[in-house]
Amino acid sequence: MSTLNIDGNEITVEDGLTVLQACEIAGAEVPRFCYHDRLSIAGNCRMCLVEMEKSPKPIASCAMPVANGMVIYTNSASVKKAREGVMEFLLINHPLDCPICDQGGECDLQDQAMAFGRDRNRYIENKRAVKDKDLGPLVKTIMTRCIHCTRCIRFATEVAGVDELGATGRGEEMEVGTYVERALTSELSGNIIDLCPVGALTSKPYSFTARSWELRKTQTIDVMDAVGSNIRVDARGREIMRVLPRLNEEINEEWISDKTRFACDGLQRGRLDRPYVRKDGKLVAVSWAEAFETIANRIRSLDGARIAAIAGDLVDAEAMVALKDLMGALGSQHIDCRQDGAKLDPKVRASYLFNSGIAGIEDSDALLLIGTNPRWEAPLVNARIRKRWLVGNYLIGLVGERRDLTYQTDHLGAGPESLRDILNDGAFSDALKKAQRPMLIVGQGALARPDGAAILDMARELAEKYGFITDDWNGFNVLHTAAARVGGLDLGFVPGPNGQDVNGILAGVESGSIEVVYLMGADELDMKRLQKAFVIYQGHHGDAGAAGADVVLPGAAYTEKAGTYVNTEGRVQRALRAAFPPGEAREDWAIIRALSERLRHQLPYDTLEQVRERLVAVAASFGEPDVLPVLPWKTFGMAGETTAQPFVTPITDFYLTNAVSRASETMNQCSASYGANGQPGTGTDG
Amino acid sequence: MLQDKDRIFTNLYGVHDWRLAGARARGDWSNTKALLDLGRDKIIEEVKASGLRGRGGAGFPTGLKWSFMPKQSDGRPHYLIVNADEGEPGTCKDRDLMRHDPHKLLEGCLIAGFAMGAHACYIYIRGEFIREAEHLEAAIAEANDAGLLGKNACGSGWQYDIYVHRGAGAYICGEEMALIESLEGKKGQPRLKPPFPANMGVWGSPTTVNNVESIAVVPTILRRGGAWFAGFGRERNTGTKVFCISGHVNNPCNVEEEMGIPLRELIEKHAGGVQGGWDNLLAIIPGGSSVRMLPRSICDTVLMDFDALAAEGSGLGTAAVIVMDKSTDIVAAIARLSKFYMHESCGQCTPCREGTGWMWRVMERLAKGDAHVEEIDLLLNVASQVEGHTICAHGDASAWPIQGLMRHFRPEVERRLLEKQRATSASQAA
Repeated sequence: MSTLNIDGNEITVEDGLTVLQACEIAGAEVPRFCYHDRLSIAGNCRMCLVEMEKSPKPIASCAMPVANGMVIYTNSASVKKAREGVMEFLLINHPLDCPICDQGGECDLQDQAMAFGRDRNRYIENKRAVKDKDLGPLVKTIMTRCIHCTRCIRFATEVAGVDELGATGRGEEMEVGTYVERALTSELSGNIIDLCPVGALTSKPYSFTARSWELRKTQTIDVMDAVGSNIRVDARGREIMRVLPRLNEEINEEWISDKTRFACDGLQRGRLDRPYVRKDGKLVAVSWAEAFETIANRIRSLDGARIAAIAGDLVDAEAMVALKDLMGALGSQHIDCRQDGAKLDPKVRASYLFNSGIAGIEDSDALLLIGTNPRWEAPLVNARIRKRWLVGNYLIGLVGERRDLTYQTDHLGAGPESLRDILNDGAFSDALKKAQRPMLIVGQGALARPDGAAILDMARELAEKYGFITDDWNGFNVLHTAAARVGGLDLGFVPGPNGQDVNGILAGVESGSIEVVYLMGADELDMKRLQKAFVIYQGHHGDAGAAGADVVLPGAAYTEKAGTYVNTEGRVQRALRAAFPPGEAREDWAIIRALSERLRHQLPYDTLEQVRERLVAVAASFGEPDVLPVLPWKTFGMAGETTAQPFVTPITDFYLTNAVSRASETMNQCSASYGANGQPGTGTDG
Repeated sequence: MLQDKDRIFTNLYGVHDWRLAGARARGDWSNTKALLDLGRDKIIEEVKASGLRGRGGAGFPTGLKWSFMPKQSDGRPHYLIVNADEGEPGTCKDRDLMRHDPHKLLEGCLIAGFAMGAHACYIYIRGEFIREAEHLEAAIAEANDAGLLGKNACGSGWQYDIYVHRGAGAYICGEEMALIESLEGKKGQPRLKPPFPANMGVWGSPTTVNNVESIAVVPTILRRGGAWFAGFGRERNTGTKVFCISGHVNNPCNVEEEMGIPLRELIEKHAGGVQGGWDNLLAIIPGGSSVRMLPRSICDTVLMDFDALAAEGSGLGTAAVIVMDKSTDIVAAIARLSKFYMHESCGQCTPCREGTGWMWRVMERLAKGDAHVEEIDLLLNVASQVEGHTICAHGDASAWPIQGLMRHFRPEVERRLLEKQRATSASQAA
């Protein structure tokens, strides 16, 4: 601990902090541009200069470690002069085009110029102009506005792990850009927009569409992957204008992936805004009453065993519990939330969760990736792994596809036999034995296959054998790709004792034993196999599921309803409504509630609160939002034969993984510019 | 005046053989093992006793700098880096030392590296110094072949390797932290201190960066004793020094002289005097382009050492004496220096990146007379906003020439502006 005197106040802080951090603790505001908590210290903007006793020059407080007995002044005349000077220098070549700048209203330079700058301009020379760079379809550059703080460079190099941004040129001619003109190849590139303290890097899709102060801001949860990133959705009227990250140290820190950020334009396109019924082979817009009537006529006399329901990847828990209750009332046991056919075991909760938590990655000391490409499946989990890897002394083994994950991995093999080899004291087992807190991450690529249960069993055995499970550590982790999956498993949206799972349902349709299939936002199925069934599709986009349906019920997307999602860690999070659904679309649980009445199986809840009470009754975990569950370890999985087939990640195109992103123009542009399989090397692969 | 017997650089002018045989004939590499046998502490003691201050410009005591290196390695290697990126305008001493006396430097590298526990030394040489780099490479090869360097350097049992690394022509890479970045293969930009290089230098390891001349004088200091070296010059400003005299003198030259020699004596004895006589002198920049200039009145009496020049608001810098006679357009001269500092700013930190360009633009207009008198105060204010507010000393170096000009020649600058204004209004009236 060190004791400092800041502006006359004694303060004792931990060693290792910087003077700037100490000033913050002491409540003394120090302006800054280049300094950022999560990036390395550059010390180049010089805005944070403060006066230190016995130092002839003002010091950069962001870079100076605290020491006992320091006397700091943050408001002396010399500090004021230094700040005014730096601010003047920053502004002389800044275009001051605030009225047409998208950063206007949320610009650090604007704010700090007001607070710490002079009110006159003394610069009468010509201003500098800088050529804009093309960073791809997401990040728009107006490089004349750049103040060279290098936050974007440091983010790309350190957090995103792509050495693509840098500074070229010297002095006044210094420019930030990609060395070779090309788009940034990172799934986290959008974060440099937030990091940029000025309007040099702005969002390309959002450009010139709105002003920050006219937007309604809603704090909610993302569903583009199973991470459950905390986001802020900014809407104007019914339209979602942009998505920004919200701080959550345990999940996404303050970053979000590009899909989370930029897929929101998909919410305005390809939406289902009216109910439809297929008449003479064509979907015709009808009223809710007629749509319900059509369903009722088809189902009313049908045996429950001939009805099935499949829940998709973006569905909230409320909708799933309502559908589950309805199917139960109809007497159907054929329900499944695993539309990819993953052999997840719903009986033991710890068997399908990311037990150590995403933040727990930082505590681990060895990692085994099994059939997963976290860079695509969960970019923020990948960023955590990289963060841990950068600290050093971290061996990462990989069984599966060899990919550039932005950190060095030890490629141990492609399929189940390599996993068995590790289990039999083969390669990498030494590293796992030595580790105090080893961790494994099983991806859906290893589980969504016929021998998935046997692989899950092997992973469990491996975890037990090498000490992944101790009293205070559980290093067994399953990485999901769908935001709805854990919620569905928690509330038992899985086949009953005599029920069929997804593959059984599809087979049943083909054999004729199942006649009606209720698709709740399920678009990732082979729709050809459902042709013989009467398909009810409830969802928000006219994607694969709606195209082949006989009745379409328009639902609400994730920004349009108060829904509950459980992320891959098992953390229950509540999303809030940022805008109303379009047209006649309604919240999903309410649609099922209304339908149940028509089917004469009226569900016993009329309000969201009652649905949530029902959720808690079904699974108590829903009553504890925002906590990382700590679960007992039980045996699960099923030993069995495995094939030699290599593991393949379920994601073929990072930018187009669900109905929202497929409808998004921006995501389609990304897919076009980066290529479906485009993940160029960063030099750390293999 | 320094006597020949006391000269350290006996082949400064390249009249003798620069190769190993010639160097040995001049006494280099003579029983170097005995010097190493003194041990680390004694070597550093002796260098401290000599009062040697860094010859690269800042004048930090060399022995003290060495003593900052950890006594025991914590597992990280130690490195010595020789700063041979001689870029300060007016300075040309290291170049001649390396071209004509490379072995003197190499022997110094071995001793200095040994004294700080380093097994490897990098000589970061300015990219434009092609012949000098060739000589160094050749000299290193000779020394390796002769067993003076390598696995068992000079039979001392100490492994020592020297590598030459060529820069790519950026002035800022002569700043020690930028040099380290550049050596690591990154963009040459000064790093923040702390941590200091003795703690975290190149590749995160303890490192000392010394100027060529500081290292090259070490073997002689050890042979003849710190007290001998300390016997020259004044207290705190001891030893001999290579001065580089250029500009309006009859005989521009490098010359090794005693510290504290009067400036006038230096020029008249060694450089053949100012062109057109001493009375034709306008001003002198005594220590390379960064330091503030001195007008004739101060040049008459000032002594050439760190403290005497600092007392006049200037500095010894690299001891590059730039002489300007009365034919000089002093404003244009400083404007040219401002352009240099703008061009060579790395662009990393705000005051220097933006301020150097601003200062140059105002200087250009002042040189042309295309400015208002009030802009002189603006310029000085901008200079004060740059000075002391940057990561490295480049910001200071860009401000000082302007401050020196205005301190001593402001009336001349103002006269020009008013004259130009009068001429313009006269032509408008007509």
